[in-house]
Amino acid sequence: MAGVIEVRDLRKTYDDVVAVDGISFEVAEGEIFGMVGPNGAGKTTTIECIEGLRRADSGHARIFGEDPSAKRAAIAERIGIQLQESALPARLRVAEALWLFGSFYKRQADADELLGQLGLIEKKSSAFTKLSGGQKQRLFIALALINLPEVVFLDELTTGLDPQARRAMWDLVRGIREQGRTVFLTTHFMEEAERLCDRVAILDHGRIVALDTPEALIRSLNIDKRLVMTVPEGDLPKLSELPQVSRVERSGDRLVVYGAKDGLASAVINALEDSGVAFEDLRTEQPNLEDVFLALTGREMRE
Amino acid sequence: MRGLRQLTWTNIKLYLRDPIATFFTLAFAPFLVVIFGAMFGNDPNPIFGGQGSMDVSMPAYTALIVGSVGIMGVPITVGALREHGVLRRYRATPMHPLTFIVADITTNLAMALFGTILLVGSGILLYRVKFEGNMLSVLAAILLGGLALLAFGYLIASLAPGARSAQVIGMLVFYPMMFLSGSGMPLEIMPESVQRISTFLPMTYMVRLLRGLWFGESWGEYLVEAAVLLGVFVVCGGLAARFFRWE
Repeated sequence: MAGVIEVRDLRKTYDDVVAVDGISFEVAEGEIFGMVGPNGAGKTTTIECIEGLRRADSGHARIFGEDPSAKRAAIAERIGIQLQESALPARLRVAEALWLFGSFYKRQADADELLGQLGLIEKKSSAFTKLSGGQKQRLFIALALINLPEVVFLDELTTGLDPQARRAMWDLVRGIREQGRTVFLTTHFMEEAERLCDRVAILDHGRIVALDTPEALIRSLNIDKRLVMTVPEGDLPKLSELPQVSRVERSGDRLVVYGAKDGLASAVINALEDSGVAFEDLRTEQPNLEDVFLALTGREMRE
Repeated sequence: MRGLRQLTWTNIKLYLRDPIATFFTLAFAPFLVVIFGAMFGNDPNPIFGGQGSMDVSMPAYTALIVGSVGIMGVPITVGALREHGVLRRYRATPMHPLTFIVADITTNLAMALFGTILLVGSGILLYRVKFEGNMLSVLAAILLGGLALLAFGYLIASLAPGARSAQVIGMLVFYPMMFLSGSGMPLEIMPESVQRISTFLPMTYMVRLLRGLWFGESWGEYLVEAAVLLGVFVVCGGLAARFFRWE
């Protein structure tokens, strides 16, 4: 697998704020690559340097082995872009938008087929301002695919969408990859990155703090699993003395037991049963990327 | 080329779907004829060298329409497109910036011409206004004046920080110019001080040039006016291009 995108020591400063502080990575052909991190971590600046919409202060970004700011028009022909913040003229209709944007490119997808895939056929003659948030986003995806791009950039695709629309969007992104296109996305939803991406780069303060598959990131840090249950009032056995347990939290009738080692659940259950505590609603929570971010930066991800 | 053609066509459709822009460009023209015609009539008057008020006002109102498109319309539309992020979206395509600008200029000129046709049409129908010039010559003058005033509008759009401020600046520039350049009312009925101010306004030169050509005079007699308009186009156009921002 060849590297479609290559970023080396990229740096970008706005006034005296360092947005991107020397990051390097590669994106392979055909993968869904994600950049996650809180707002202001440098995701959009990075993606726009690769798209050729911004120029880095130092370091370089290469796409198809070319410099995107030097060969913007040629590269724009081969990539599809969904911008974090953009709009279309208020009274432009869906079908007209595809027809118009298609005319800017040499290669062109079939507009009706695209509208069908994105569930916009019924909205063909609706004006841009009459569309819902999810419909606007799907239209922007359609515009990003109108030139049959080799690489598709999706910047904060699901921000502002409800959970159902978000899940529908994930299926669309998987579909794009199945057509053989490379997908580069940014998000500040850790769950989105975990569900969708083959590889994830976690960004914080303009630096990559970790880069791997979501599973490997979670495994590598040996983060505690959580055992959550409801317990009655009264004394509990000293669970924190069990070798599998690292920490116990109790607030009201809710008990959370932390531990990374195997056998956590059975050790805790045995201890509780031995002392006759009638616990209910027991479940284990696996660590996720949210926990990885917390472990790496010492801070919670905030939306 | 295909992008340019489709963008221009799309722009024209969008223009016609915008009630305010359509009103100011298209309905405004017959409206002017009806209102001012009712006020002043079109009887021959010695102030206007024996022409009627509506006769001499036709070229002036033409400048008014072109001016309203260029100086008020352009800052509003370009400011809004930029603020909403439409220009950002265009910039993410392979389209050359010049394509956007040429399409936009073409759209605005076409709409201004369309407005002029409605103006003169209703003038002829209602007041049998005179036209003694060469059609092509007048058309060329409208295009020259149009380019100058559009460039002026793009300069405002490039310099104004936001859509609101672009709109306000456009209005602040346009409304005084409408009264002081002779495009809204003939300068002949204005005090001398106003006539002196008018020499600093680009629209004045468009009014003078159009009026001369309208009544059969030649470009040779209006070289100063033509040169001023050309100068405004080059200077404002150059500065607008220099300071143009996509975001």
